[in-house]
Amino acid sequence: MFDATPRNLKDARREGLVRILFLLMTALLVLPVLLILGVLVAKGGSALSWDFLFTEPTDGMTAGGLLPALVGTIWLVVIALIVSVPIGIAAALYLSEYAPDNWLTRAINLAIINLAGVPSIVHALFGVGAFVIFFGFGTSILAASFTLAVMTLPVVIVSTREALQAVPQSFREACWNMGATRWQTIRKVVLPNSISGILTGVILEVSRTAGETAPIMFTGAAFFLPFLPESVYDQTMAMSLHLFVVATQVPNVPDNLPFGVALVLIGMVLAMNAISIAFRTWLRRKKKW
Amino acid sequence: MTDRKADPAVDRRDVAWWSDKAVSVLVFLGGISAILFIIGIFVFITREGFGFGEHFKAGEIFGSTRWAPTSDSNPTYGILALVAGTASVTGLAMLIAVPFSLGAAIYIAEFAKGRTREVLKVLVEMLAAIPSVVWGFIGLTIMNPLIIQTFDVPIGLCVLNSGLILGLMAAPIMTTIAEDALKAVPDSYREAAEALGATRWQVTRRVVLPAARQGLLAAVLLGVGRGFGETMAVLMASGHSINLPTSPFDSVRALTATIAAELGETAVGSPHYQALFMLGILLFAVTFLINLAADLIVRGIRKG
Repeated sequence: MFDATPRNLKDARREGLVRILFLLMTALLVLPVLLILGVLVAKGGSALSWDFLFTEPTDGMTAGGLLPALVGTIWLVVIALIVSVPIGIAAALYLSEYAPDNWLTRAINLAIINLAGVPSIVHALFGVGAFVIFFGFGTSILAASFTLAVMTLPVVIVSTREALQAVPQSFREACWNMGATRWQTIRKVVLPNSISGILTGVILEVSRTAGETAPIMFTGAAFFLPFLPESVYDQTMAMSLHLFVVATQVPNVPDNLPFGVALVLIGMVLAMNAISIAFRTWLRRKKKW
Repeated sequence: MTDRKADPAVDRRDVAWWSDKAVSVLVFLGGISAILFIIGIFVFITREGFGFGEHFKAGEIFGSTRWAPTSDSNPTYGILALVAGTASVTGLAMLIAVPFSLGAAIYIAEFAKGRTREVLKVLVEMLAAIPSVVWGFIGLTIMNPLIIQTFDVPIGLCVLNSGLILGLMAAPIMTTIAEDALKAVPDSYREAAEALGATRWQVTRRVVLPAARQGLLAAVLLGVGRGFGETMAVLMASGHSINLPTSPFDSVRALTATIAAELGETAVGSPHYQALFMLGILLFAVTFLINLAADLIVRGIRKG
């Protein structure tokens, strides 16, 4: 009576086939990550050493280390964060805690999607036109960092807004009932309950900022500058541009050098991402509401 | 009765009140900063490229394949070949990325469970995190010799190479957004279909996919926007030669890569420099339209 009909069997077979097909598609999509990591480690691993990280490039960048690029990237990321994190958190607070559902809010959301979607080279042109020329920063760390800050602003806004909206509405209402102002509620209740979520987003932004190349090419990153920057008005080398340069512009580079640079760059970026993901998982687990 | 405002005992505008006001102004400024930046991008790029107006010949720009801004005798600014380069690379990328991303999104949202699902999601996130210059480097050093060997062609920096790479780069954003769209379909729809004896695939194909149609379309659009605007990877993997491609093994040059390669060599204010900013405005306008379309589609879902 409950035997499977031919029709049921056919459906079940098809179900199995489809499941395997989709699993294969997913696997083919994510396999390259592991493959790329494997190749980079295999080919660039031999270039890694303490000297590689902490000395300056020599012999026209065909030997030596990448200290100036490493330090330059840190400068760029830190200044970009100083600019974009306060603005991003303010924007997220507005959207999550203040904004009414009107045309202005919709326009802000559309602007955020666009800031994230505009090609990175267009951000570079904006950086040249606005920061390098109009504001007179010249090609400098300052101009490059500001360009990066504008470009990665949506990352902070979107992740912070998510963290803020994860705080239950009843927490806010309880606080308002005590006669607290909106800001007192945000400072004492909303922010403490969402700070780790906001941090996750900031770490994600660090990883995004460190890897960008096009926006800094014409605004402040130099091809070759074998000393450390002294002020924000200096140019600097950067990891991402350094990879582009040793891979395409410099003749007679030993094989493992560019792979080593790529490995360090991707290691930095993925480590930041891993921290962010681990942090998020831990948060989800300890969440009580 | 005295004036209420003058009576300090009734005036409740204390420090807390003022700081509340101040903060609401500050966060409002933060909120509209995104709009200001978008306007700023448009204004400052136009400002630099504006002077190109006197060299602007619509027939030449949109009708010629000759992009030769550095020619002394006859500088021409035909963008047709560059558009063809961008279109061929993005087109191939989408051919690869759309089915695979939607397949992956369906698997992650509808079939995978528990730990498998978490691991797959993390891997997709990792894929999204790889910087574009690293992708370009992979195209240059790994894919290039691979394509030369496999297909026995003289050069492996071509439409196929950059299309494959771009496909992998655009896939994570499409997978993530498509998965969100599938998740947004209420579970009651699935339960109703399962109660009628449908298998998981029947539920997905007949119920979930039609219900998530618009979200999936928005995901594809955003993926197109990502591919269209990608710069470093295309610069390094496409061969960078001006060409109307006739096969996947032809080298091409993209709009974005042209700006990246040439901006450093131009004098500020020269026609060539201004022409590159005009390309920037074109890129900005196209991505703006793509994002606007995706947004309108998503808004349509929420209303409908």
